[in-house]
Amino acid sequence: MSVSIQESDFDLAAELNTLRSGNSKVGAMVSFVGLVRDFNLNETVDSIYLEYYPGMTEKALNKIIAEATERWNLLNVRVIHRIGRLYASDQIVLVATTALHRGEAFAGCEFIIDYLKTAAPFWKKEETGEGSHWLETRETDVQRMEYWHSDKVRKSA
Amino acid sequence: MKIELVYFGRPKEHLKVARETADLPAGTSNLAGVLAWLRTRGDVWAQELADNRVRCAINQEFADLPATIKENDEIAIFSPISGG
Repeated sequence: MSVSIQESDFDLAAELNTLRSGNSKVGAMVSFVGLVRDFNLNETVDSIYLEYYPGMTEKALNKIIAEATERWNLLNVRVIHRIGRLYASDQIVLVATTALHRGEAFAGCEFIIDYLKTAAPFWKKEETGEGSHWLETRETDVQRMEYWHSDKVRKSA
Repeated sequence: MKIELVYFGRPKEHLKVARETADLPAGTSNLAGVLAWLRTRGDVWAQELADNRVRCAINQEFADLPATIKENDEIAIFSPISGG
């Protein structure tokens, strides 16, 4: 289980190789990579700027991973979140999980990225031709987190 | 009572402050009180720190407005989070 917050880019293949290495029980590996879009709300986005709360952000991410490993039998988890200035098509975030079987790897990965959106302190500013503005938590992201707390999903976990 | 204040996101940019040590007026005992006191600093502060525009943390844990504060707490004030 490991978390990194960094300005530099990451190499997906290298990260996945490290994540699965040394454990021949791994039967499934799932990765999610979030990318910078060049549009949002009908505006062209030139770049985004991300900041975080040193200390609290790492703690929040580790708590999310702990909750995921409590719900699903995950063998390993890797989370990388980039900060600073990023441009269209840049990688922003990586969430990768390994498990014995795909069901747990998929569910764990989706849970962690959904939770990260509403529970990890990051702030994103969009820079467009019209100026810049800080983004707010999206209602659809809040709904995704509430979904994981619904009874039906809890019971299947 | 002395506390550490840290700011992130929109309020950090608009208030042009990232961190400060503050001496709270007597009788300020919770987050709502801290925000109310900061809003008396002027129009920009009143606008930026409206209760429904900011979220807070105490000692790096998310906290709601009624949460009690104590000496030397690190109080973070920020706009709604948006990572990923």
